[in-house]
Amino acid sequence: MIEIRNVTLEYATTNGKVLAVEDASFAAAQSEFVCLVGPSGCGKTTLLNMIAGFFAPTQGEIRIGGRPVNGQGLDRGIVFQDFAQLFPWRTALGNVAFGLEMKGVGKAERERVALEQLRLVKLEKFADAYPHHLSGGMQQRVAIARALAYNPSVLLMDEPFAALDALTRDEMQRLLAEVWRETRKTVVYVTHNVAEAVYLADRVIVMTPHPGRIKAVVPVRLPRPRDSLSVEFLEHQKELLRHLTQKEEER
Amino acid sequence: MKALISVTITAVLYEAIARSGWFAAALVPTLPTVARTLWTMLADGTMAGHAINTLWRVFSGLGLAALTGLVLGFLMARYRPVERFFLPLVSALMPIPSLAWAPVFILWFGLGNTATVLVVFYAASFPMVINTWTGARAVNPLWLRAAGAMGAGGAAMFWKVVVPGASPFIITGLRLAFQRAWIAVVGAEMLAASAFGLGWVIFDAKEFLNADIMLASLAVIGLIGFVFERLVFGSLERGTVLRWGMVRTAKA
Repeated sequence: MIEIRNVTLEYATTNGKVLAVEDASFAAAQSEFVCLVGPSGCGKTTLLNMIAGFFAPTQGEIRIGGRPVNGQGLDRGIVFQDFAQLFPWRTALGNVAFGLEMKGVGKAERERVALEQLRLVKLEKFADAYPHHLSGGMQQRVAIARALAYNPSVLLMDEPFAALDALTRDEMQRLLAEVWRETRKTVVYVTHNVAEAVYLADRVIVMTPHPGRIKAVVPVRLPRPRDSLSVEFLEHQKELLRHLTQKEEER
Repeated sequence: MKALISVTITAVLYEAIARSGWFAAALVPTLPTVARTLWTMLADGTMAGHAINTLWRVFSGLGLAALTGLVLGFLMARYRPVERFFLPLVSALMPIPSLAWAPVFILWFGLGNTATVLVVFYAASFPMVINTWTGARAVNPLWLRAAGAMGAGGAAMFWKVVVPGASPFIITGLRLAFQRAWIAVVGAEMLAASAFGLGWVIFDAKEFLNADIMLASLAVIGLIGFVFERLVFGSLERGTVLRWGMVRTAKA
C-alpha cells in the first residue's frame, strides 16, 4: 500500500525555481499495478525517485504500508532503464544475490533464493554469466530478479524496457505481467508508452509537464492477458492520448 | 612473430657494428660475449642476487606507493576538504623527476635501501593517487543507487561497489606505477645503492670498462620488466576487468 499525499518537489536552477512535481496525490493498493504516464519533463521519474527515497519531497508526504518514507529501504525494489545498472563484476546470480548479501543472509541460502528468482525471469541457465555476455532484454530480466530477490513489498520501475527493440519489449511486457501475477507485488511503473501502460496497469496515472501535475487517473479493467489489438484496448489508448494532448482549459 | 623479426634485425645490425672494428671490442662487445657473461653471472648466482635486491626494492616502494595511493585517492574522491588539500600538492610534486630526489634522500638517509625505496615510492605514488581518485569518481552513479536501494551503505558500499567499480582505473594505475617504479629503481641504485642491484652493477661495471656486464644487466632489466608487465599485470587485467567486460580487447 502506497500513499502519496500532496507531494510537491521544487528545485532551484540558475533561471529560478522549477516545479518538477506539483501537488501530486494518489494511492496504490496492495498488489496493484499502477503506471505513471506522461511526456518527458512531467515529473514521473522524479515522483518515482521520491517513492524510492533517493530524495525527499519539498512538501507533502509519501507512506508505504503506513510508514512514512525516509530514505531508501529494503521494502522497495527498483529497476532502472539503463542496462548498466547491473554490477559488471558480478555474475547474474551474484547480482541477484546482492540484496540478500546486504541483509546478511548466508551464502548457500542467498544463492538458492537468487536462482529461484532467475528461474522466475527464465534465466536460470545464465546464472554464471557476466552481464556483458547477456543481451539488453536479459540484463533487464536480471535487474527485475535482483529487485525482487530480497522480497520487497513494492517494485518501482523506471521505463525498464524503453531501450529495448519493439519485439523484445513485447516479450518483456508479457513476462513482467506473468511475474507480477505470481509475486503479487505492488508495482509503480513509469513509462511514456501509452500502449505499454494499458497492457500492464490496473490504473494509469496521466501526468503533464510544466509544472509536473497529475492530469487524470484512468482505470483499466480489461481481463488479463490483454489483447493489444482488441477494440477496448485501443479505446483505452485513445483515452490516454486524449488526456495527454488536450490543452488544459483553466490555463 | 613480428616482434621476433624486429628483434633479430636489430641484433644482426648490432653484431655487424660490433665486429666492424670501428670501436674497441671492450666497449662494444659482440653478442656472444655478452651472452657468455650473462650465462656466467646467471650460473654463479650473482645476477640472481642483484635481481632479487632490485626486485625487493621495487616492490617495497611499489607496495608503499600502492597503499598510499589507494588510501589517498579514495579519500580525495570522497571528501572535498581532503581533495582540496592534496590536489595542489600532487600537482606540484608530480612533475619533479623522482631521481632528482635521490641526492636529497641520500643526504637525509644515507646510501642504501631507504633512499632507493623512497625514490621508487616517489615515482610510483602519483599514478596510483591520480588513477584511484579518478576511478572512484568515475564509478557509475547507477551502481551506487541500485546498491543503496538494496541496503548497501558505508563499508559494504565501499568494498563491494566503489572498489570493484573503480578497478579498471586502479589496475591501470598499478601498471603505470610499476613501469615508473622499475625505471626509477635502476636509476636510484646507480646513485644510492652500495653493493647490490641491477642498476648498481651497471654503474660499477663502468669503472672497469666491463661493457659486457653492463649489457647483460640491461638485458635482465628489460626481461624482468617485460615479464611483469605482460604476465603479472596482463593476467591481472584478464582475470578481472577484461573478464567483466569493463574494458575490451582491441579489435584485430
